[in-house]
Amino acid sequence: MTVSTYEMSEETTKQSKGALRNKRVRTFLYGIANHSGLFTLAMMFVFPFYLVIIVSLMNGDQALMRSLWPNPLTFENYPEVLSTVPFLQWTWNTFVIAALSVVGAVIANVPPAYALSHLHWKGRQTVFVFILGTMMLPGQVTMIPIYVTFAKFGWIPSNLPLIVPNFFAGAFSIFLLRQFFVSIPSELTDAGRVDGCSEWQLMMRIIVPLAKPAIYAIAIFTFIGQWNDFFGAKIYLSADPDLWTLGIGLTQFGNEHATNMNTTMAASVLFMLPLIVVFFFAQKVFVEGVTLTGVKG
Amino acid sequence: MSLLSGKAVRPSLKRGATAPKPKHGVKTPGFFIFMCMLPWTLGFLLFTAYPMIASFYQSFTRWDMVNPPRWIGLANYNRMFYEDELFWHAFKNTMWISATSIPIRIAFAMFSAWLLTKAGKTRNIYRTVYFLPSMVPVVASTLIFAWLFQPYFGIINMFLQKLHLSKKYDPIMWLDDPNLSKWALIILGLWGIGDTMIIFLAGLLDIDKSLYEAASLEGANAFQQFRYVTLPLMTPVIFFSAVTGVIGSFQYFTQAYIATGLTINGDYTRSMYFYATHIYETAFQQYDMGYAAALSWFLLFITLIATVIMLVTQKRWVHYPNGSMFK
Repeated sequence: MTVSTYEMSEETTKQSKGALRNKRVRTFLYGIANHSGLFTLAMMFVFPFYLVIIVSLMNGDQALMRSLWPNPLTFENYPEVLSTVPFLQWTWNTFVIAALSVVGAVIANVPPAYALSHLHWKGRQTVFVFILGTMMLPGQVTMIPIYVTFAKFGWIPSNLPLIVPNFFAGAFSIFLLRQFFVSIPSELTDAGRVDGCSEWQLMMRIIVPLAKPAIYAIAIFTFIGQWNDFFGAKIYLSADPDLWTLGIGLTQFGNEHATNMNTTMAASVLFMLPLIVVFFFAQKVFVEGVTLTGVKG
Repeated sequence: MSLLSGKAVRPSLKRGATAPKPKHGVKTPGFFIFMCMLPWTLGFLLFTAYPMIASFYQSFTRWDMVNPPRWIGLANYNRMFYEDELFWHAFKNTMWISATSIPIRIAFAMFSAWLLTKAGKTRNIYRTVYFLPSMVPVVASTLIFAWLFQPYFGIINMFLQKLHLSKKYDPIMWLDDPNLSKWALIILGLWGIGDTMIIFLAGLLDIDKSLYEAASLEGANAFQQFRYVTLPLMTPVIFFSAVTGVIGSFQYFTQAYIATGLTINGDYTRSMYFYATHIYETAFQQYDMGYAAALSWFLLFITLIATVIMLVTQKRWVHYPNGSMFK
């Protein structure tokens, strides 16, 4: 609006006022449409959560009556889950695998990512593209010989096959870290080199502190991946019930208590709760991590 | 920056292309580079290179893990293509879910991300809500959805009955209906769209707003803006999720496996029997390792073909504004 209004004739002022109002009305209507769309979709995403929670608070009969509100409200399903199955044991087993895998992933992936971002060597780019290429390989192709090797080690059933591979760097984590490391100006490491830092010091004292968000991200991704893992646990440790993870235990529980939906849902709530908590504490890291691997070439 | 700009400390630094020679310490960090890459190199040799060679060899053998592998030439592949009907059944199911779910997932991720860009101040709240289901462990979400889809006690049929789309005494069977079970799995997958959606959202927010202003000055309506501005600029993201989607869908296992266990009729038509399920059954239920290795190599072959086709055709439809990792 560079033309001041009183220079216009009365007619144009009217017109522009009308146009402005029309535009406002349209923006308002669009706003309503957008927000009702957003809200409807949000309801669809939230509804299963709502249902899981309320069914976990119902008694057995009511859970089969498709009611949307618990009546009477009961908290007995939670103690029942904990007492009928070794739920705490499963949680501990899952936690041990996830936590040790996180330790492994952080130790193993930082050095390769550093070498692929802040060290200059011949063939670096080729190696990086090659590593990206290995991400395309379906896990099934390597699964059988790996299984057989672990069987020869006498590691089946045990949780070692699920933990030990994490102490070797994986393509996805290297990729995520490397993408973050590249965004750290090389002037910092170059300056460090001029000042006589060893490469090890540069990595540990300059890059690692600056790359904390990316390191948290791979830690969280690894933790979630292991918490979620079903297939690995299924083939490596389902033979020994003492080693069962939540995924295996809960599947079994679901199959055996197909009609006791209230207890199954209580168990599901307990299963997903740690991840939801992790998510709320680390949402920013999480969203940025997903984005980093997804769009930035 | 300020450390190095201005006075030229070293000419090589100004160019910035090559690393400067360090004053003291390690002269050439060759050994250091080797040590840095070691966790990956060892992992690659132990968990990728060796197993690939081994499984390629095993695919030409008959092997039950008890007796030593016996060379049988191409018999496994012959069995796969000409004798194993379950293989073709699993293959068709996998192709179907791949071809159906990937476009639906991309469209849905795009739509929900697009809605989020319109959310204004409430965007972060909505983003959290949309993202949250993708945090639910697959085992839990499958249990939950098997319950929602339960024909007699499930909530979904209750709503459909209220809308007169389903009958009380002849309900929609969902997971127990061979024609609908895969759709139920697709819907379950859409609930956890969050991580894909976040990538789409980042892509949409990356688009320069002035492009829309320019388009609207040229008289483009909302649809034209989407078609000629948003869509072309989103093609790298679409391409990325198509590639990862194809690779992922060939390995689709857990949801189908757990859902099958929760059906009333045990899915006797094997409508949720996918390629990865076939490998699992062959390898870890029948311990027919040689044949399972052959199956897994065919999976690799198909994945490679699909990826190569996409990489080759991407030049026609994917627009990279700043170059790409695949260039």
